Amino acid sequence: MSDAIVQVRDLTKSYGDVVALRGVSFEITQGEIFGLLGPNGAGKTTTIEILEGMRLADGGTATVCGLNPQSGGAEFKRTIGAVLQSTSLPDKMRVAEALSLFAQLYGRRADTGGLLGRFGLEEKRHAFYGKLSGGQKQRLAIALALVNEPQVVFLDEPTAGLDPQVRREIYDIIEELRRDKKTVLLTTHYIEEAERLCDRVAIVDHGQVIAHGTPRELKQRSAGTTRIEVSLAHAAADGDLRALEGVTDCRAVDSRYVLHSTRPPQTIVALVKHLESSQNELQSLEMAAPSLEDVFIELTGRRLRE
Amino acid sequence: MNHAWTLTLFRLRLAMRNRAFLIFGIIIPLAFLFLFSAVFASKGGPAVAYVLASVLAMSVMGSFWGLSQQLVIFREQGILRRFRLAPLDAGTMLASGIFSNLILMVPGIAVEIAVARWVLHMDRVGNLLSVFVLSGLGAVTFAALGLVVASVANSMMETQVINQILWLGFLLLSGVAIPLPSLPAWLQQVALFLPATYLVTGLQRALIEYVPLQRLGGEVASLGGCAILAFFVCRQIFRWEPEEKVPRQAKLWVAAALIPFLLLGAWESSRGGRLGEARTILRSTFAERPAQQRDAAAPPPGEKR
Repeated sequence: MSDAIVQVRDLTKSYGDVVALRGVSFEITQGEIFGLLGPNGAGKTTTIEILEGMRLADGGTATVCGLNPQSGGAEFKRTIGAVLQSTSLPDKMRVAEALSLFAQLYGRRADTGGLLGRFGLEEKRHAFYGKLSGGQKQRLAIALALVNEPQVVFLDEPTAGLDPQVRREIYDIIEELRRDKKTVLLTTHYIEEAERLCDRVAIVDHGQVIAHGTPRELKQRSAGTTRIEVSLAHAAADGDLRALEGVTDCRAVDSRYVLHSTRPPQTIVALVKHLESSQNELQSLEMAAPSLEDVFIELTGRRLRE
Repeated sequence: MNHAWTLTLFRLRLAMRNRAFLIFGIIIPLAFLFLFSAVFASKGGPAVAYVLASVLAMSVMGSFWGLSQQLVIFREQGILRRFRLAPLDAGTMLASGIFSNLILMVPGIAVEIAVARWVLHMDRVGNLLSVFVLSGLGAVTFAALGLVVASVANSMMETQVINQILWLGFLLLSGVAIPLPSLPAWLQQVALFLPATYLVTGLQRALIEYVPLQRLGGEVASLGGCAILAFFVCRQIFRWEPEEKVPRQAKLWVAAALIPFLLLGAWESSRGGRLGEARTILRSTFAERPAQQRDAAAPPPGEKR
């Protein structure tokens, strides 16, 4: 018997001719922050909305705390909290009113003051929703997701479209959920978000989980290599760069070349020599330890945000 | 029920913060009351009650505008999907819209009656219980019809087109804008198939002839039946998400809901009493005035003497 609190088995879903999910499976255990990482259109939102009970899967099974999202009714709704990707509140609704209203709908007395303080919204207590900034709206959305003290929290792209400062504030809030031992399913296309926040990550592409594990495990795929990203004045044949000393992998991405090398200094020297001999020119060069983006590129040949 | 009341209070607060409530709920109906009175009842008297019945019916029928547009805005902006996450069902969401609409309508109706009585010198206020019960039933009926429109329409533009068509139909055929007896005979028969007609004739009888509630069984039954049916249908076809399609079975429900009106219209048409009552009220209202007043006031449009 699995101790998974969220279980997803072979989920399939199509919208007309468009296949959104092609057999997605994963499990999330109690207190874990699990990330679905993938580009737009990969099937992340469809998966999370099936788990929230907002969409019906064509096939496969999904349970949250042993409850079926479609038939779990009010008991299921009291178990989960969610931040939806596309949602809103009436412009003329005040912040404190929103918290109080949703608490009442869950049959609870809202600790409005506590939630406002926790999410840095005390000063906006009487502000209309329509007057809030994007970051404030998102913090309110997370506060609303927690108003019923759920066991499982679903966060669908919680930082999409927010500036880096606000994104970091949201990261702090999610870290707090970890301390509160909440089980969290997070979708994102931000690498740093998945690396920083998630205990385990499933990389999703074209409606399939193409890899999963802890961020460390996934990066192990590129273990012992350094990522060298270069742009050249003229296109180079992949084979030429792949043949450079120390290079284990080379891919052309966005008119740049991403090389993985076990011996970076030798690779760079060999690259410069190769460019001189082929009358090409180096326009930029960046080096970094491999990230989840590299894992994604390795698996799909594309960047996450293409 | 608790949730319905919680949401009703929330919707009331939102409405009170919206200038449109003051404009469409109070100011515009009063403007029509003054305009119609100036044209058809410049000397006061029972003609003011006739005009008031039309304006009250217009205020009540206007229920479907606001509520249908609000539901579509809520759906298009993703507000409904936020509520969908809470332990709520569609019926609760819809009922709260209807309750709040009903409560918001009461002050407007009261102001219109007070202005007619004390500013426009309406000689009698009619049977107030009948007026308020019919107005309330009408508000529920037309609000539920508005919710049906919102559930069928896929966008705000579609909602406005459907609302315009229905609104014009109700306004022109029910006796609000043109007295029922002034319509061509075949259009009078068509009017008998509209719930709006029962609201207008009921309000005329309550305001002008003091008809008590127990003698307004036909009007109460038709409006009440329509309210229950419309609520049932809008609950069947309610959509939380903009991209959800109305199921084919739900469209059949909309069609099936028309059957009772066809039966009611056919029954009233064969009985012939309602049109006769409408003619009697119109004649007696404008004949009751002294000769000098009757000469001064324009005859109701299209009425053949």
